[in-house]
Amino acid sequence: MKFQRKTWVALALAVGAVLAQPHAVAQESVLRIVPHSNLAVLDPIWTTAYMSRNHGYMIYDTLFGTDENAKIKPQMVESWTESGDHRLWSFKLRKGLAFHDGAPVTGDDVIASLQRWGKRDAMGSALMTFVQSMDSPTPDTFRIFLGEACGFVLEALGKPSSNVPFIMPKRVAETDAFKQIEDYIGSGPFIFKKDEFKPGDKAVYLKNTKYVPRSEPPSGTAGGKNVYVDRVEWNLALRDAQAQVNALKNGEVDIIEALGFDHYETVKADTTLQLPLYANLGLQYMARFNHLHKPFDNAKVRQAAIAAMTQEPFLRAQVGVKELYKTCPSMFVCNTPYGSLAGSDLQAKSTMKKAQDLLKASGYDGTPIVIMKPTDLASIQKLPDVAAQLLRQAGFKVDLQAMDWQTLVGRRAKKDAPEKGGWHMFLTAWNVFDVWSPIANPTMDTRGEKSGWFGWASDDKMIEIRNQFMRATDEPTKKKLADQLHARAFEVGTHAPLGEYNQPMATRKNITGFFITNGNIYWNLKKSLNPA
Amino acid sequence: MFAFLARRLLATLPVLLIVAVLVFLLLRLSPGDPAAVLAGDAASTEQIAQIRAGLGLDRSIPEQFAIWFGNVLRGDLGQSFYYKTDVTTLIGQRIEPTLSLALITISIAVLVAVPLGVLAAWRFGGWLDRGLMGFSVLGFSIPIFVLAYLLIWLVSLKLGWLPVQGYKRFADGPGQWLYHLTLPAITLSVIYIALIARVTRASVLETLGEDYIRTARAKGLPESTVLLRHALANAAVPIVTVIGIGIALLIGGVVVTESVYAIPGLGRLTVDAVLARDFPTIQGVILLFSFAYVMINLLVDLSYLFFDPRIRY
Repeated sequence: MKFQRKTWVALALAVGAVLAQPHAVAQESVLRIVPHSNLAVLDPIWTTAYMSRNHGYMIYDTLFGTDENAKIKPQMVESWTESGDHRLWSFKLRKGLAFHDGAPVTGDDVIASLQRWGKRDAMGSALMTFVQSMDSPTPDTFRIFLGEACGFVLEALGKPSSNVPFIMPKRVAETDAFKQIEDYIGSGPFIFKKDEFKPGDKAVYLKNTKYVPRSEPPSGTAGGKNVYVDRVEWNLALRDAQAQVNALKNGEVDIIEALGFDHYETVKADTTLQLPLYANLGLQYMARFNHLHKPFDNAKVRQAAIAAMTQEPFLRAQVGVKELYKTCPSMFVCNTPYGSLAGSDLQAKSTMKKAQDLLKASGYDGTPIVIMKPTDLASIQKLPDVAAQLLRQAGFKVDLQAMDWQTLVGRRAKKDAPEKGGWHMFLTAWNVFDVWSPIANPTMDTRGEKSGWFGWASDDKMIEIRNQFMRATDEPTKKKLADQLHARAFEVGTHAPLGEYNQPMATRKNITGFFITNGNIYWNLKKSLNPA
Repeated sequence: MFAFLARRLLATLPVLLIVAVLVFLLLRLSPGDPAAVLAGDAASTEQIAQIRAGLGLDRSIPEQFAIWFGNVLRGDLGQSFYYKTDVTTLIGQRIEPTLSLALITISIAVLVAVPLGVLAAWRFGGWLDRGLMGFSVLGFSIPIFVLAYLLIWLVSLKLGWLPVQGYKRFADGPGQWLYHLTLPAITLSVIYIALIARVTRASVLETLGEDYIRTARAKGLPESTVLLRHALANAAVPIVTVIGIGIALLIGGVVVTESVYAIPGLGRLTVDAVLARDFPTIQGVILLFSFAYVMINLLVDLSYLFFDPRIRY
């Protein structure tokens, strides 16, 4: 018995010593973040993945930013001029811009970066159709010569979501646009620690002590990018939603970028945690039709489906927390510069009876609608069930097919008929800045099979209005054209907007400095030892 | 003995070849497109097609297999589609957490289960025996993730003794390493304790009825000697077999445990690779798992020589 007691005491001491260790590590200046997904691709121009975009915002800077009111503001640019005929744009870079290796940012770096971006991004490609040439008369200036006037130069250069025109060193930006870069030198507020990057485990960023922020307060992706922590760590291994909340409660992480709606009330009730306001524009759910195949090759059938899919049931089922969602029939998102209600009565003032009447009048032949349902993506997985139910009530036959998200992603790229492995409809969510502009919004590209995004809508009138929009240089005209495009999109039935929501972010209370970003941005944040 | 070893080692080659062919074909036949995953949500069909070509996925399946298998024969498992890193490097980064977790788990399981099983057999029908049987049923029945959440709630959130998640390398300090692995290992060990304890109990119970045990007791040997040197030693073969199977089964068990506890090991890598349709990584990890499985079985077979001198190969 004596021996046993000694053994237990020794064991207890050993365990005690082990347990005591972690508390000795000070973590005052390390911001520990759980991102919404895994970071795989480190080239934010090569992919449109949001994680790569967020990585880009950490280490790169942009010529312009988009503030909390969706206005374009200068960021790396100090000043700019536009010629009277809107064809020559001259930009001057602000002083103190330097890459992480100490080299100054020059006009040549900017031009190479824009050229690479223009080969990958939809809006960039659209801009490049107008660009005749670009040059850099002096190291701190660059010019864009347009073949004809276009009205979205600043909108494109300040584009806040994928693909963002991040500025890279010329030698990096000269990488083939269809190959990933391997040098991660930027001029942004953080420096990427390549030697500490462990795919699927963690990504580390250090404060760029030489970064010169703008003097304006931070707002969206614009304003001063002040960094108050020494180091930011992205925990890429912590993917389980419940485990994330447990780790936050236990003080092992500081921020959960995308809190599951199911955990919202738990976090709200916890006095050590907070749900900071970081977005004033919502994300948008949408249902996308495949315009290539029966019955959705018929606009009247698509209209009947839109009429059946009123927004409230989707938001109630998927989000569930009333304060986090709102109905909004604008395809360009409400409260944005082009947010429009034109033509939206089809959905906004619909009833199931109206949807049933529209379907009867459409000549629908009873073809079952193949809806792809992702079972592993909690953020959207309830939407297809609601869609199936509403469409059935309207008179559609529905074939709801469950699959994982990556299967869906692969299948939606197929143009085959639904009975041969294709599809009729899928539902997804968009960041506001991917859909707020008639040019950026991929569903507004109606070039049929040539159009960039899945669903392949075809409509010459929309193409014409969109072309006019690209060339319009004054805001009233642009707004008028955006309204026309919006109304026409409802006539065509490109897709069904299913309402807007805010994705909650959960943090510990000792993290302060949040501002309206409408995205996942980590400058301006402070971490104190004691909760504020 | 050496002929046996050589035969068994040679037999691993067709096993690995069959695994390689099956995994390769199954992945190519399953739905999902790695290029679409990499391209992101807003990518166009043209962008996806360009990425697919860049990955070599536009080639025929036999051509893809020939390239991949040729590289494997040269010891190159290829490059991850998703992480753009060599699969061998990825495995190298992820093997330590998994091996650590497996080692601690199986150590806990053996240290707890074998004595419990022996004692239960010794006190057959008593409260310890009944308790162990009840625990075994519970241990087999409760899903790992449920147990994990319960333990996290109690040990981490309520008592604050151990962390909720994460992993520290052994090189960063054995204390931190053990601190982060204790809870996951306890979680994962429960099912193995249930399995090994049950088999130990049954096996020892059987040997306790043998004539040589009666003889040993008649000679006046202490009960501890009877139990450990005579009963347990003679019951060792099935126990070692089940421990070996347990180690092999751990490969499956770590997938869930690593996900819940955010341990960046091979299990987590496998899940990520499957979700991202990262074919080279899945193929590489499964080949490694298969090899490990075969080797564990071989070691178990060899261990019989030690525990039972009557066995000859």
